[in-house]
Amino acid sequence: MVERRPWLTVLSHAVLILGVLVVAFPLYLTLVASTQTSQAIVQSPMPLLPGGHLIENYTAAWNGTGGGSGSKAPVGQMMMVSLISALIISLGKIAISLLSAFAIVYFRFPFRMFFFWAIFITLMLPVEVRIGPTYKVVSDLGMLNSYAGLTIPLIASATATFLFRQFFLTVPEELVEAARMDGAGPMRFFKDVLVPLSKTSIAALFVIQFIYGWNQYLWPLLVTTNENMYPVVIGIKRMISGGDSEMQWNIVMATAVLAMLPPALVVMLMQKWFVKGLVDTEK
Amino acid sequence: MASITLKNVIKRYGNGKSANQVIHGVSAEITDGEFVVIVGPSGCGKSTLLRMVAGLEEISSGDISIGNRVVNDLEPSERDIAMVFQNYALYPHMSVFENMAYGLKIAKVPAQEIAARVDKAAKILEIGPFMSRKPRELSGGQRQRVAMGRAIVRQPQVFLFDEPLSNLDAKLRAQTRLEIQKLHRELGITSLFVTHDQVEAMTLAQRMMVMNAGVMEQFGTPEEVYNRPATTFVAGFMGSPPMNLLKNAPDAPPNTIVGVRPEHLDITPTGWGLKVEAVEMLGAERLTYGRWTHGAADELVIIRTEEHHVAPHVGHTICVTPRPEKLHQFDAATGKRKDGST
Repeated sequence: MVERRPWLTVLSHAVLILGVLVVAFPLYLTLVASTQTSQAIVQSPMPLLPGGHLIENYTAAWNGTGGGSGSKAPVGQMMMVSLISALIISLGKIAISLLSAFAIVYFRFPFRMFFFWAIFITLMLPVEVRIGPTYKVVSDLGMLNSYAGLTIPLIASATATFLFRQFFLTVPEELVEAARMDGAGPMRFFKDVLVPLSKTSIAALFVIQFIYGWNQYLWPLLVTTNENMYPVVIGIKRMISGGDSEMQWNIVMATAVLAMLPPALVVMLMQKWFVKGLVDTEK
Repeated sequence: MASITLKNVIKRYGNGKSANQVIHGVSAEITDGEFVVIVGPSGCGKSTLLRMVAGLEEISSGDISIGNRVVNDLEPSERDIAMVFQNYALYPHMSVFENMAYGLKIAKVPAQEIAARVDKAAKILEIGPFMSRKPRELSGGQRQRVAMGRAIVRQPQVFLFDEPLSNLDAKLRAQTRLEIQKLHRELGITSLFVTHDQVEAMTLAQRMMVMNAGVMEQFGTPEEVYNRPATTFVAGFMGSPPMNLLKNAPDAPPNTIVGVRPEHLDITPTGWGLKVEAVEMLGAERLTYGRWTHGAADELVIIRTEEHHVAPHVGHTICVTPRPEKLHQFDAATGKRKDGST
């Protein structure tokens, strides 16, 4: 709206500020809690201003020396596991969906539409639905507590295939023909023309899939039983032992803050590309 | 350099009974170094024919040879041809230099030679200053030049142009037309040029192929096509305004369509009596639209006179006489020219 009404400006700002407060308050609380002692947090009401234990809480979380009765896996190592899995998942997804979209759009092979629909229908089958059989397969193949087990079942992606298919359909036919005249074979065309043209889509997808991989909870919960293979999201859960024992909430919150950083960083650094990938087609 | 031979070339889509034939057996010889324009209304199959020569469409039947080599089953890149596309089809993510060099790079031409060839083409086309720009940073005319440059650096036997001027504005089109002519004179490469624009066809062609509904109606020099159209279609398609085709001319043999171009009708004291319906002043010349009613016939006749002639008044009746040596006769049933040789 481009109306010039002062009270509208005030109102819209008020709504926005309210929205930011609602979204940001839990985040703020986490930050505050991660700088207090565990005793301070359980007081009622809990302090709403940062305390003075920031450095010791974060070092404790990072090295896994936080005490408490739950899991004490060091956050540094768990973040490494998370990072590697998220990277494998996002890069694997991009590679596989680029190739399958390429096949579906540019090649005329028998049952082409069947394969397209087969891929498309799996859109409706998220990991949770097929979790039983998938677990069985993964455990039979001995992939429990391994990166392969953590990532491979999550790599196949109908969404990304579909996204690339839609993008490839907008690439002008004449470009394909020009490449044929230039003597570029299919893979050459893929590598030299299609992939460079898709780079903004790839970037957008990378951001989405990295966060998707990083935030995986249910699947790693099933396939990791060894502390060395906990992703950080699972790590947080395992730190909370439940029961009556004293909880090191300050360490848990510090871990949560650390776990939030990489996805936030990816979004911030890739923001320009991310928006470009979703908005323009650059043609 | 190479000649192109089309031998009874047929294109159909689909199989069996549902097949839809779009090119009905075109045969033609294009000699080495010739500039041939394929012209026709949209949907006449001219682009399909060109794309068959290029190897982008399969040939359903018949043979196409380039330089005595049948190319039916060769990939486009193996036919030793280069094509300029209507929308230029430049790779958007590559610089002008990379666009022009891409084909050579794939053909594994040494980098030094690529640079030399691209440089030479850039000099001919005067696109030197843009070599490191991306296509989106260029104007339409510049893109067009880059597309031509990409064709030139390959040093092909044959150039194929698929309506390359249709995205340019009128002024640039006229200028580019001259440049294409100059380029052809300098390089002397056999060229096939598809267009729907008859001015382009008339000005560029050494010989032109007039197509209609998948059939080649006439293949000849622009003069032949204009002065001795082989069919009523060619007579009506070439020339603006088109030739007057009269179904009931008074002193014509039966079943004959008489054709006369608007500029070959003179306003005279006696002759065919026309009731003037409209007059258009075009600057150097004037078009007069007259209704001619005689017997059962009622035909619209267009006359082109020079600007200094007296302007007829709308609603008045004028008399016109055709120049006898400029009359054309066509068979009413087949539409073919009557005096045999075309």
